[in-house]
Amino acid sequence: MRAVITVIGKDTIGILHKVSGICAGHNVNVMEVTQSVLQDMFAMIMLVDISAISTDFSALSDDMTALGKSEGLAIHCMHEDIFNSMHKI
Amino acid sequence: MLNTFDILETIRMIQDECLDIRTITMGISLLDCIDPDMDKACRKVYDKITRKAENLVKTGEQIEKEYGIPIVNKRISVTPAAMLAAACPGQSPVKLALALQKAADSCGVNFLGGYSALVHKGFSAGDQALIESIPEALSVTNNVCSSVNVGSTRSGINMDAVALMGKVVLDAAKATADRQCIGPAKLVVFCNAVEDNPFMAGAFHGVGEPDCEIHVGVSGPGVVRAAIEKYPDSSIDELADVIKKTAFKITRMGQLVGARASEMLHLPFGIVDLSLAPTPAVGDSVAHILEGMGLECCGTHGTTAALALLNDAVKKGGVMASSNVGGLSGAFIPVSEDAGMIDAARNGTLCLEKLEAMTAVCSVGLDMIVVPGDVTAETISAIIADEAAIGMVNNKTTAVRLIPAIGKQEGDTLEFGGLLGSGPVMPVNRKSPAKFIARGGRIPAPMHSIKN
Repeated sequence: MRAVITVIGKDTIGILHKVSGICAGHNVNVMEVTQSVLQDMFAMIMLVDISAISTDFSALSDDMTALGKSEGLAIHCMHEDIFNSMHKI
Repeated sequence: MLNTFDILETIRMIQDECLDIRTITMGISLLDCIDPDMDKACRKVYDKITRKAENLVKTGEQIEKEYGIPIVNKRISVTPAAMLAAACPGQSPVKLALALQKAADSCGVNFLGGYSALVHKGFSAGDQALIESIPEALSVTNNVCSSVNVGSTRSGINMDAVALMGKVVLDAAKATADRQCIGPAKLVVFCNAVEDNPFMAGAFHGVGEPDCEIHVGVSGPGVVRAAIEKYPDSSIDELADVIKKTAFKITRMGQLVGARASEMLHLPFGIVDLSLAPTPAVGDSVAHILEGMGLECCGTHGTTAALALLNDAVKKGGVMASSNVGGLSGAFIPVSEDAGMIDAARNGTLCLEKLEAMTAVCSVGLDMIVVPGDVTAETISAIIADEAAIGMVNNKTTAVRLIPAIGKQEGDTLEFGGLLGSGPVMPVNRKSPAKFIARGGRIPAPMHSIKN
C-alpha cells in the first residue's frame, strides 16, 4: 500500500527533513521523491510505502496538515488508490 | 506507475475546482419498526437508526482523510414514514418526525430523508394523515426531509394528491414564515421517484432495497466547467467527449469512496448517483457550465440543448466508471443553490417556463425555486401537475421543490444559507387553473406505459 504526499509552498530550509521526519515517526518508508524549486516556490511529490504504518493513516494525514499549517505550506496526504481509480481504466 | 500530471490534476480538481463527494447516504429500512403503538414505533425507529448509523459520520471523516477528498454531507434515508403511520390510525405522525430528528441529531448527520408517502395511484392507510402532517413536521424539525410521489409512467398522475400537495407546500411555507419559509425547501413532490436516491430533500429508502446499504452522490460542476473552458473553439462532439472523460474521473472517485465506506461499515454498496450537483459557492455552478459552452447567460435560447448535451455526456462518462449507477444521475438545476442560476433569475433571463423546459432533459425538476407568497395553492398544484406530466410522458423522474415566500414579492430574496443558498422571488403566471385542479381524479398513464 502506498500513499502520495504533495507539498507546495514557499521554499524554506528543512521542508524535506520535516516531512520525511513525520513519515519516519509513523514508520512510513519514503520510496520516491521528485521536487523542484522555481524561484522561491517549493513543489514536492513523495511516494511512500504505508504497508507497515504504525498508526492510523488519518493520524499521518493530521500530522501533515498540522505541519502545513505551521509552515505555511499546502500539504496533501492521499492514498494512491484515488489516483489509480481516477486516471487508470 | 503514478504520473505527476495525474497527481497534480487530482489535487487541482479538489482544491481549485470544488471537486467533492457530495454525500454518503445510508439507506435504512424501518419496516421492522412498524408498531400499532406510535410511541413504541418511535422508540424502535430511533434505536434502529442510531444503531445502524452510529459510525457513519466517523467513517466518512476517516475516508476524507485517507483520500484527501472532502465528503460534504453524511446523510440517512429511511423507509417512507407513511408505511409506519399506516399501523397507527388516529395518531399524529408528527411524533415520528420528532423521533427521526432525534436520531439525526444523535448520529450527527445533516439531513435525514424519508418523511414520505408514495401515492402515485391512490392513498392507502396512513398516506393522507402523513401528507397532511407535513407542514407541522417540517416546522418542528430542522433536518428531516419529506417527499411525496404523486405520479409515475406506469400509473399516471394522482390529481387528488397533486391538489393536496399545492396546499401542503403553501402551508409548509406559512408554518415557517418566520424562518425564511424553510419548510418547503425540505419537501419534494415527485413523479417517478427513485428508491435509491442519496440526494436530499428527496431521498427515501424504497421497500425493494436491502435492510441497510450505502449510496454515494458525486459532484463536480466546477471540474466540468474548468475542463470545457480549456476548449473554447471545439465542436460540440469534442465538447461531449471532454465532459465524458471528466465525468468518468469524478465517478470513479465516487465508486472508490462508496466501496471503501461499505467495506468499513460492513454494509452492501448500493449505488453511485452520477449527478452534477451545484452549490452556491463560486466555481461550483451548473449554469456556468452552460455559459462556458457559449451561452451569454443561462436561460437564454439554446439552454435546453446545452443542458441535454451536458446531461447525456455526464451519464455516458459516469456509467462506465461505476458498477452500479442509480439514484437520479444527471445534472441538477436548483436555482437557489447555484450562483449562475441565481444571477440569471435575478436579471430576468431565467424564468419558470424555461426551467420547466430544461427539466425535460435533465435529471430532476423545478428545484429550489422561490415564488411570491400570495400565489394560490391551485397554481402550485398546477405547476406540480405540469412537471409530473413531463416526467410521466418522458419516462423520467421529475420533481418540484417550490418555496412560496410568504409576505414577499418579485424582486425580494429568501436567504436560506449553507448549501440551500438564496433565492430571488421569481414571477409566476397568475391566470387561474383552479377549475382544472378541483376536478380531482387521475390522469391515465400514457400509451407507452403498456410495455409487457
